[in-house]
Amino acid sequence: MQIYVCVKHVPDSAANIVISGKNSIDKSIPFLINPYDEHAVTEAVKLKKSLKKSEVVAVCLGTDDAEKTLRSAMEMGADRSILIMVATGQDSITTAKALKAAIESDGEPGIIFTGRESIDDVGMQTMFRIGKAFGFPVAANVVKFSIKGSKVTVESEREGGIRDVYELPLPCVLAAGRGLNTPEYPTFPQIVKARRKQIKKIDFNTLGIEKIGAAMEVVELKPFVKKRCPVEIKGTPLVAAEKLAKILHEEAKVI
Amino acid sequence: MEKTGIFIEIANGRIKNANYGMITAARGSNSELYAFVINFKAEKIKKKLYAHGIDKIIEIRAENDFEMAWNPVSWSKAVMEAMNAFDIHILLALTTGIGKELLPRIAAELDAPLVMDCIGIDFDKKTAETFRYSGKTIATVKLTGMDLLFGIKPNIIDAVPVNTDSVTAVAMSSDSIDSTTREIDALPETKDISALTKPEIIPFTIKTDFLKTTGQFKNIKLNKTVMPETSSSDNFSNVNLMDADIIISGGRGMKNRENFKILSDCAKQLGAAVGASRAAVDSGWVPYSMQVGQTGEKVSPKVYIACGIAGSIQHFAGMKTSNMIIAVNIDLDASIIALCDYYIVMDLFEIVPLLTKVISEINHT
Repeated sequence: MQIYVCVKHVPDSAANIVISGKNSIDKSIPFLINPYDEHAVTEAVKLKKSLKKSEVVAVCLGTDDAEKTLRSAMEMGADRSILIMVATGQDSITTAKALKAAIESDGEPGIIFTGRESIDDVGMQTMFRIGKAFGFPVAANVVKFSIKGSKVTVESEREGGIRDVYELPLPCVLAAGRGLNTPEYPTFPQIVKARRKQIKKIDFNTLGIEKIGAAMEVVELKPFVKKRCPVEIKGTPLVAAEKLAKILHEEAKVI
Repeated sequence: MEKTGIFIEIANGRIKNANYGMITAARGSNSELYAFVINFKAEKIKKKLYAHGIDKIIEIRAENDFEMAWNPVSWSKAVMEAMNAFDIHILLALTTGIGKELLPRIAAELDAPLVMDCIGIDFDKKTAETFRYSGKTIATVKLTGMDLLFGIKPNIIDAVPVNTDSVTAVAMSSDSIDSTTREIDALPETKDISALTKPEIIPFTIKTDFLKTTGQFKNIKLNKTVMPETSSSDNFSNVNLMDADIIISGGRGMKNRENFKILSDCAKQLGAAVGASRAAVDSGWVPYSMQVGQTGEKVSPKVYIACGIAGSIQHFAGMKTSNMIIAVNIDLDASIIALCDYYIVMDLFEIVPLLTKVISEINHT
């Protein structure tokens, strides 16, 4: 089975974001694989090991710098990767079309894994658009996965610990959530091996993506800083607890 | 007149509070507001919806008055069907567990732009504001397309009722939300007769065979829904993190799983939800569903009480939009101290039980 994993190259969540121009950020900060996508790669590799004749292919959009993210995916066990070369970030409508075109030109997907969301844009929708593009069913925030014949059973966590158990026919798109598995740090031999794995580069412009008149575009980006002036609540523990209760009652008005 | 559809989220037979902030946001469209409810008799909430500006309520259900079983594909199709029937091209829903299932499926199907977790919408400019880069920036996103979809971040936009003249007797305070009978009883006191008939309720039946057809997007089959067990030892609070006005969270400083009971006891008195930092989840003390942060829930309660949480940048990504942040930490150098509104530099094991006791006394007087 051809298993594809869509990964995203995102700014390190610990990095300081500096706005550049009106609507973008200074990209000289470290970028890495989106954390949820690590769960997607881990699950894909686990599945591959349980199936005969399968291959895990990681797919990403970006510049040469995104090779780092694909290298990470391959260190975690992906066999090879595809980098769709594009200079600027695309919205999820175009991203899904590009991923579809690249995957389709490469092979016949049995399963497509993604992360449940990207930590930079948190659009939460690319997986559904990929599903629509291929005509495959989609399950979101998958925290448990099993496969039997041509069917998969997943547990999809909605919120507050509520889990929907779905059955999907293959091929399908599954968005990995935390809890699905525990990604492991690659070993040194894995890292060395990944260096020899192939990254196929495809120019975005050769994919023939037609713009459909629907789009999302960031027109302005500004820093969000909520000014807080920390005030210490002092006194004996009992006095502090009483002061806190008073703040909750009088200032926050929640009790 | 243009129309805007609003998917009203019902939880446990009650309309979620966050819906009212969403309706307030939708009013910016200056269009006719259509509320969509699924499997819900809107009669008992219609006054309240009207007071917030809803013009029409579409009651979606299956044939023969059957409930539509939860399935994200069929529910999405049903909402699309209603949008189509009433010629609606703008849709709002909450960015909650259900909204995250429905909105992107509809957006994908319609090839329509969608912005999730909106904190503001400008309908004239067709832009929405949302957080980007772990809450470090606010992005203004322009949407272009035939249909525009918006996921509203719960509890950020304040609910402001409009049609208050006609429903002066309807208490708008949040504590009256579940006491629907009181609202109806109070109605005869109002002078505006239209308040008695508005908003119009329109039943909308989804044909069973429509639900069976797989159409363009293949169906997924729901085998069952597993609810978190309230009797389970993992259940530290009956309040959902996303709906809570107060969240009390524990981090590495909690030291072990058993100590979370201290937070649980306090949460019960406060009516709060219990959250956790990644450190506490990764240590296996509490389930992942309690995690607040970059790779957990992103919450915006009125009050966030962080106990024994150092305050990493990733934790802040999940709670920095809280109205008030209170830190209880023994370490004055913890980064959360510099980023909160109030802090207590004391042992949480001493402070939290005392707070529980003080609140309990207030609750009993």
